[in-house]
Amino acid sequence: MLIKKASDIRSSEITPKSVYLKRREFIQAGSAALAGAGVAAAGWNAWGGDALAQGGGLPKLPNVKKSPLSTTEAPSSYDNITSYNNFYEFAPGAGDGPKKNSGKFKATPWSIEVDGLCNKPGKYNLEDFIKPFALEERIYRFRCVEAWSFVIPWVGIPLSEFIKRAEPQGKAQFIEMTTLVDPGRFPMQRTDLLEWPYKEGLRLDEANHPLTILAVGLYGEVLPAQNGAPIRLVVPWKYGFKGVKSIVKIRFVEKQPINTWQAMARNEYGFYANVNPTVDHPRWSQAREKRLPSFIANHRTEMFNGYADQVQSLYAGMDLRRNF
Amino acid sequence: MPKPITILRVAIFLAALVPAALLVRGFYTNDLTANPGDYITDQTGTWILGTLFASLCITPLRKLTGWNELIKLRRMLGLFAFFYAVLHLLTWIVFVHYFEVSFMIADVVKRPFITVGMTVFVILSALAITSNRWSLRKLGRKWQSLHRLVYAAAVGGVIHFWWLVKADITLPRRWAVALTVLLGLRVWWWYQKRVAAPAAARPAVTSSRT
Repeated sequence: MLIKKASDIRSSEITPKSVYLKRREFIQAGSAALAGAGVAAAGWNAWGGDALAQGGGLPKLPNVKKSPLSTTEAPSSYDNITSYNNFYEFAPGAGDGPKKNSGKFKATPWSIEVDGLCNKPGKYNLEDFIKPFALEERIYRFRCVEAWSFVIPWVGIPLSEFIKRAEPQGKAQFIEMTTLVDPGRFPMQRTDLLEWPYKEGLRLDEANHPLTILAVGLYGEVLPAQNGAPIRLVVPWKYGFKGVKSIVKIRFVEKQPINTWQAMARNEYGFYANVNPTVDHPRWSQAREKRLPSFIANHRTEMFNGYADQVQSLYAGMDLRRNF
Repeated sequence: MPKPITILRVAIFLAALVPAALLVRGFYTNDLTANPGDYITDQTGTWILGTLFASLCITPLRKLTGWNELIKLRRMLGLFAFFYAVLHLLTWIVFVHYFEVSFMIADVVKRPFITVGMTVFVILSALAITSNRWSLRKLGRKWQSLHRLVYAAAVGGVIHFWWLVKADITLPRRWAVALTVLLGLRVWWWYQKRVAAPAAARPAVTSSRT
């Protein structure tokens, strides 16, 4: 059966073009069965030209290096990445609410405060914060806890480089990052949808892992507002909600921070939030995912989102069912 | 000139088809988001509640306006609720589980919001199947008892929605308020008929004794 074939492809492997096209054929066939053959195909041909769009006309970032840590999978289209994502400060739900409600968002001027258990605390404007580091392109798989995924060409800096310069003290075990609070720019912050500000945290060794980045760009351009402008966290082996957006504060702390979603529903969202196909969300299975755009789950979800070789040693001996 | 109720019936029939038509249009104009399966599931779910709650408004509207012909709209609205429930179930079978029966069974057993949703679907099916005149005649008084299950379906529908949202309970809360009003009215009428009315008659009896 064709569906088996499609979902048997490991997402860590290169998807050959013939298979990719076959998968599209399959999706076309499936939807045709639902909506009436001939016309359905016409509808799908109009589908937003995935993997062809190369940016949204925002300012380009200069001198971006390629990275061996990037996946060779084809990136999802700019249009899909920027029109389907969660950013509760703009709208509840992924739909296209965040894109629609972020049109007036301004990311300048922007400053970032570094404090807590480190020898080099301070407040920097974004340009100064970024300046010491070389920008790298990191093409990563992105897996949302809602069982959909993309392949995203981020531009960013390794978080470890920043941590080195901040000189954390021996007592610092965790890093905590906080989103801007400004109901003028983030309309949902006028409601009690979530507990504001949005907070996320990592163990210091997770934060220092070479895969962990602070992203400032997408498709070689500055980040659009709905994807977390001007600077956000990206941890590719964890569910997307760990990637706190529009960061204004970075703190080194001794105790494990309580991240926002854990505070909202601790039986559904934990601190670690490592992608794990064997631990279901209480309301849905995490065994498979929809690599968007797609009507159906077309990928098998992999342990640590396919980054197990690089990161599993961080969790040696831990019960990942309990520490979900 | 057709009768007003006929015009209203045609208008509501067409209006109830609009959400489905918008989904079909969105399919061709590529407006169903990058995750169209989830989008269609949300939309069809919303319109099960929309049409089901509209059917529950018929009796209160009749009592308020005295326009008894409104009853002619009720079955149609109920059948539309069933229509959207079939679409909603299909999205789950096709987009969520891609016909894999073992996954579907596991889902129904393991996840309370799915269990409730499936129960509502069974109820709506039973009501749709017995919505014709022949069933009404055949079932006699049992028909009304059976069709009172529509209240259970409405309650189950709201619970299903409430349990599935991640954080934003704005929408399920609105349905819960509407449900409270619609069911509250029934309880009030029942109280008036069974408790308040006989009680009002009773003092006459006791006063005759003194």
